[in-house]
Amino acid sequence: MRQKKSTLIITFATTTQAMAVEKFCQDHELPGRIIPVPREITAGCGLSWKAAPEDRERLADALRDGGLGWEEMHIIEI
Amino acid sequence: MIYLDNAATTLQKPQCVIDAVVRAMNSMGNASRGAHSSSLSASRVVYDTRCKIAKLFGCSRADHVVFTCNSTEALNIALGGLFVSGDHVITTDLEHNSVLRPLYRLEKEGIISLNFVPADVKGRPDYSAFETLIRRNTKAIVCTHASNLTGNMIDLERVGRIARDHGILLVVDASQTAGAVPIDMERMNIDVLCFTGHKGLMAPQGTGGLCIREGVEIRPFKVGGSGVHSYDKEQPSAYPTRLEAGTLNSHGIAGLSAALDYLNEVGIETIRSKETMLMQRFYEGVSRLDGITVYGDFDFERTAVVTLNIGDEDSAIISDVLYEDYGIATRPGAHCAPRMHEALGTTEQGAVRFSFSWFNTEEEVDEAIRAVAELAES
Repeated sequence: MRQKKSTLIITFATTTQAMAVEKFCQDHELPGRIIPVPREITAGCGLSWKAAPEDRERLADALRDGGLGWEEMHIIEI
Repeated sequence: MIYLDNAATTLQKPQCVIDAVVRAMNSMGNASRGAHSSSLSASRVVYDTRCKIAKLFGCSRADHVVFTCNSTEALNIALGGLFVSGDHVITTDLEHNSVLRPLYRLEKEGIISLNFVPADVKGRPDYSAFETLIRRNTKAIVCTHASNLTGNMIDLERVGRIARDHGILLVVDASQTAGAVPIDMERMNIDVLCFTGHKGLMAPQGTGGLCIREGVEIRPFKVGGSGVHSYDKEQPSAYPTRLEAGTLNSHGIAGLSAALDYLNEVGIETIRSKETMLMQRFYEGVSRLDGITVYGDFDFERTAVVTLNIGDEDSAIISDVLYEDYGIATRPGAHCAPRMHEALGTTEQGAVRFSFSWFNTEEEVDEAIRAVAELAES
């Protein structure tokens, strides 16, 4: 059985928001990548940003400073 | 063939646009419909293109760039989603049916009342009317940036100042100018800019969109798949998803993206001066001929369009002879601009439109002048 681990998930209102965050993170060498939104957060579809829990503050600060939008940040076991 | 119907669509596209579409069709999945690499590559191209469009038109937010399949769809979304019962709208005699018909329908449905800024016999709008027509319930001025029939441009900075001073919206149809003339939503005070990709932007047909100023609310006219919030019963409210139900034309948008790179590389000002030079050369060549009537105002800023008639000859027949005998493609008839023809007095005769692009040459222009001269003599 796959070992679950604690993960930071950032969700978005639109795919455009997700793409903006991906581009921003790549340009600023911030950690993480796009994954489908896990069902623990919302049983729909869409994209989210996955990173390590310890990157939460760093990412939140950088996105806020960069004027990037997101919906929610969660730490979940996936 | 000498193609002089670029106001309808630019026939010749930069090779990089064609290559980009082919690449996209070999690699891109459905944008916003998954997190695998083929879907993400489409999502990335679409997002990148939003950013380029926002920059080109001075739209402050890339997520307020909404893609549609052309200007007509963009205008239908804007006009169908902005107004509520009792609103008053001002538009002009210069408009294309893509503006007129959505407004006529809203008027017929009893939702809006409508007034027109008149044009004179040279197709110039009466700027004072933009102000005198404003009422207490006026919601918006809807106007073209340039007449598709005469090539006359409307001074949007002037109209934008009037709209701002009176607290009303300015919705612009940039079908004839996007890519061919610099546009700045901030400087011109434009609230909604509707554009098409396949004309001055030299992108594939099936591309276009609207750029929306932050704070302007447009109700969606179509709802459906969005790739996000799938269990919500309503279309997501955030732009651009609010107005983009259904699969986007990502392959075409990849072409649009390449076209924007090409425009930036060459420079819109460089393209504009060449097109203006070709238009001016043709105008000077034909306007001195006997029996030729040229329409429009050549003393003000204009697009690369020259529209004329030869005596009282049917414009359809002249256009046909130009194509059959000289291999020159032009556009006769009404050009979907009924009120403009009424102002010019050409509803019966129509008119023959010659429209030039970045890829036309002086030699082609001179051949067209010779053809018109021969026809005028005969």
